[in-house]
Amino acid sequence: MITGSNTDAAQMKPPLRNIGVIGWLRENLFNNLFNSLLTLVTIYGLWLFVPPLIRWVFIDSLWFSSAEACRDIEGACWSIIPNNVSFIFFGFFPEGQQWRPLTAMLLLFALVFYSKNRKHWRQSLAIYWLLGLIVMGGLMHGGVFGMPVVETAQWSGFPLTLMLALFGMVGAYPLGVLLALGRRSKLIGIKSLCVVYIELIRGVPLISLLFMSSVMFPLFLPEGVSFDKVLRAQVAIILFAAAYIAEVVRGGLQAIPAGQYEAANALGLSYAKTMRLIVLPQALKIVIPPSVGILISAFKDTSLVVIIALYDVLKTTKVTLSNPQWMGYSSEAYLFLAVLYFVCCYAMTSYSRRLEKELHAGH
Amino acid sequence: MPRRQNDTTAADPPLVPFWHDPAKRGMLLQIVVLLLALGVGYVLVANTQANLQRQSIATGFGFIQHEAGFEIGEPAIPYSAADSYGRALLVGALNTLRVSFTGIIFTLIFGSVVGVARLSRNWLISHLAKVFIEVMQNIPLLLQLFFWYALFYEAFPSPREALNPLRGVFVSNRGLIFGVPIEHPAHGWMLIALLAGIVLWRLLVWWGRGLQERTGTIVPVHRLGIALCLLLSLLVWLAAGAPTAMNMPVFKGFNFQGGMSVSPEFSALLIGLVLYTSAFVAEIVRAGIQSVAHGQVEAAMAIGLRPGQVLHLVIFPQATRVIVPPLTSQMLNLTKNSSLAIAIGYSDFVSVANTTINQTGQAIEGVALIMVVYLFFSLSTSAFMNWYNKKTALVER
Repeated sequence: MITGSNTDAAQMKPPLRNIGVIGWLRENLFNNLFNSLLTLVTIYGLWLFVPPLIRWVFIDSLWFSSAEACRDIEGACWSIIPNNVSFIFFGFFPEGQQWRPLTAMLLLFALVFYSKNRKHWRQSLAIYWLLGLIVMGGLMHGGVFGMPVVETAQWSGFPLTLMLALFGMVGAYPLGVLLALGRRSKLIGIKSLCVVYIELIRGVPLISLLFMSSVMFPLFLPEGVSFDKVLRAQVAIILFAAAYIAEVVRGGLQAIPAGQYEAANALGLSYAKTMRLIVLPQALKIVIPPSVGILISAFKDTSLVVIIALYDVLKTTKVTLSNPQWMGYSSEAYLFLAVLYFVCCYAMTSYSRRLEKELHAGH
Repeated sequence: MPRRQNDTTAADPPLVPFWHDPAKRGMLLQIVVLLLALGVGYVLVANTQANLQRQSIATGFGFIQHEAGFEIGEPAIPYSAADSYGRALLVGALNTLRVSFTGIIFTLIFGSVVGVARLSRNWLISHLAKVFIEVMQNIPLLLQLFFWYALFYEAFPSPREALNPLRGVFVSNRGLIFGVPIEHPAHGWMLIALLAGIVLWRLLVWWGRGLQERTGTIVPVHRLGIALCLLLSLLVWLAAGAPTAMNMPVFKGFNFQGGMSVSPEFSALLIGLVLYTSAFVAEIVRAGIQSVAHGQVEAAMAIGLRPGQVLHLVIFPQATRVIVPPLTSQMLNLTKNSSLAIAIGYSDFVSVANTTINQTGQAIEGVALIMVVYLFFSLSTSAFMNWYNKKTALVER
């Protein structure tokens, strides 16, 4: 029926060219001349680039072979990873004891997974984390329950990366909060100290602090006292991250309306109580998403300890690559690491975005 | 009530003990904290002096004038191992500036392109941009640098079998080598002609604005200005006899002679810095453009502006205010991140300072120099930033 009434028009389906796959293509890829050209050029570029890449990665590659077998192939030699996986992940941790860092890492992932759910954000969570950190430290260091002691100099690989980032964050957070409070203080002496510290640290690259930790800290200590390289780097990372956390927390403090401070004053609460009971709980909640951002940066930045010769996961990979047997497969090894870092960081990024949305909706 | 208050303040000694008086307590707290800071500082300095004496390390910056004794790749000013540490550090600082400056320019261009692409209505383009941004942001820069550097060494052939994509351009594992025009007096004159063109362009803009305000006629001043710049340079070049002699790279013995070369270290560092920072810049540009309320665009289209004019006259001026502050901090990040050069062997300031520390043992001076140089960069950038913010701030009425 072509000469339909109004009811027919309402029941008629939209034209085929506006819905389904074709409609989507017209809407999103070919909506005008410029976009159509752009799409075609991009598809051509992808056509040149992607098939050879897939060939290299999947078709011509070897996954679980010996180094010799890799010499004759055109594609990627992923075998470098399974053949060196224990060294890349655990570095110089003694052979028979590598279940310990593995357990510590699994424990960490379990804790992270448990903390993701906002229903679990209670006081008990802090206790779980404290217990977890103690157990992780015990597993790594040993000396209890018949586990032989492993010196921090032997801590290496992925657990070192995780620990530097995690303990860096745990150590830096209280310091950062204090610095932020100091910077907002009305007391000129304290305020200027905090401002100088924060701006000084934020103005220099992390690597200069790491140099400081490796060449200057030993000079600062009295004769006979020394503490090891890993711990010194950890201190440098804490000092560095604290300045950035301070700025994030300051943002949170500024977002708290003045009425909250005034109400607390009117109730006769002291400064410490005002901060602990009224201001900080609100401010810290606001800054959770940007804090995850700082955690991501800290996690990425731990790779810089390579430069002061600590054996984090990047350095153990480089050591593997300097083995004559596996020389020349850098692309494969680095791509593997890139995927490892990407998965960790991307999980944190998307979690932080989701959290931001959820917390924002609550207002 | 008021009487009693008067009494206490006027005659009687204060009833509140000093530790309950906020002003005095604050003063006391500050004194304690400052004394603590000074005390910690004193202990550190005393320890350091004792340690230095024990290890008989000289203090002070006297070493600056001693002979450095190491070579630096790609110096921007003439330098040899016989020169002083001071000159070596200067070369390092110039190398840092060179890679940062080049990196910032490429990052601004590439980051803006990716940011705009992210907002494209073309699904393919916007998703490619998204993938690029996510991948780059979530992989440590140092790993990316190692990757590009390894790629140069493992994927590119030796100079003997160098790739030759264009005439006079060679890519090998020793870097990128390309031909450059041989020096000719005409080049200086062309530069002057270009500068004159830019001055004329500015004048043209000024004249065009006046004309538009008086008569409403719009002259395409920018197109004319650019054409003027190019035309003037071309004329000077032709007048000088159109010199075309090139200094072409030629393969001799084990490596190329002549031409201009860019080392793999510099290239890897530049590529890594530009790609990594571009991802952050793209997000800033995207957020800036999205911050302009949609009503603004609709209003602009309703009064009949063309899409180009909407972008140029409505979106851009408003987005800039949002974009520039975080953009500056990204540029600063790029400069600070260029210190990772040391990991792939490009001689930037940190790398030269590190060599100096290792040779002279003067760790404190070396680290202090690094910090001072980067602080100088940061503080001058934030000074510029404050000036710019003041200049572009909305004038509230």
